[in-house]
Amino acid sequence: MKSEEIIKPENMVYQPTHLLNETQMHYCPGCSHGVVHKLIGEVIEEMGLENDTIGIAPVGCGVFIYRYLDIDWQEAAHGRAPALATAVKRLNPKKMVFTYQGDGDLAAIGTAETIHACNRGENIAIVFINNAIYGMTGGQMAPTTLPGMKSATCPDGRDVEVTGAPLKISDMVALLDGTCYVTRQSVHTTPGVKRAKKAIRKAFENSMANKGTSLVEIVSTCSSGWKMTPDQANKWMEENMFPYFPLGDIKDR
Amino acid sequence: MAKFKGMVVVNTERCKGCNLCVVACPTHVLALQKREVNDKGYHYAYMETPDDCIGCASCGFVCPDGCITVYKVKTQE
Ligand SMILES: Cc1ncc(C[n+]2csc(CCOP(=O)(O)OP(=O)(O)O)c2C)c(N)n1
Ligand code: SF4
Ligand code: SF4
Ligand SMILES: [Mg+2]
Repeated sequence: MKSEEIIKPENMVYQPTHLLNETQMHYCPGCSHGVVHKLIGEVIEEMGLENDTIGIAPVGCGVFIYRYLDIDWQEAAHGRAPALATAVKRLNPKKMVFTYQGDGDLAAIGTAETIHACNRGENIAIVFINNAIYGMTGGQMAPTTLPGMKSATCPDGRDVEVTGAPLKISDMVALLDGTCYVTRQSVHTTPGVKRAKKAIRKAFENSMANKGTSLVEIVSTCSSGWKMTPDQANKWMEENMFPYFPLGDIKDR
Repeated sequence: MAKFKGMVVVNTERCKGCNLCVVACPTHVLALQKREVNDKGYHYAYMETPDDCIGCASCGFVCPDGCITVYKVKTQE
């Protein structure tokens, strides 16, 4: 069969979401951020919320998400996305409001904002990219860095005697009455991508239905910070991240 | 005989040669260019063995940069 007979609009079974614009993303090759951007765009498009969504961009590698996904955005100061999302959603209760945050943003400088927004049950969705490192600033240790894992600021590996154990923020916020949905997913395989998309959709539906706070943690890679190739990073994530941050729903009510 | 025949179109200028589609393809259709590079200097992905593509779209799902469009047709049994 000739390729021209196959490559026709009616035979198209997969294409990037229209909300992802032509701007080339600045991410390193293979970065999980890109896959999650795509899923967010797909879900918003499928839910028909292109004009009814307000995203809150983080500080961290995801800072330029507002340049790549053509929806309305606000940019928050580092860690303050849940506070800004609180204001945006309370003033626009009919909009779908979500934050997009890394682990340094959400679980270090923004821990207070995260926990209190979840405790208040703000009707927002939080998309949490946990790559166990400060990617943007050069690979420093994050609260989520694994025991023994090397980073720029713990070159001999994280010593839990000195810095404590990695923070399981999703498990923590699942205990709070304000959260309605807390889940941990990954985007490194096709089934994983499909599950992560369903999770993001549920979180966005919860924001629209004003059910409380949803948090979708995506256990992610940072191949540059981890100093691996993208596929080595995926394998390393499976072997080392998943035992500590197991995938699956933590809470769904 | 496979029941489906697929073809993928790679946005070669957007591709960063991360190799994740190559790893995700169940029928080992894709490869990275060995010599050719795009304007950014990346060895972009291409269909090395197009006849083996079944149009499953695994490559598209895992692509972090939205570079892949997948087409699929049903073939005669
Ligand atoms: C108030 C403030 N403190 C510190 C910084 C420096 N800074 C920028 S990004 C970042 C951490 C990013 O890590 P993370 O949130 O995990 O995102 P990633 O890049 O890994 O996706 C830090 C500390 C800043 N921009 N503003
Ligand atoms: S530094 Fe890490 S998180 Fe940032 S774009 Fe590169 S791979 Fe992604
Ligand atoms: S559609 Fe499936 S079979 Fe075809 S190249 Fe992509 S992953 Fe391989
Ligand atoms: Mg990080």
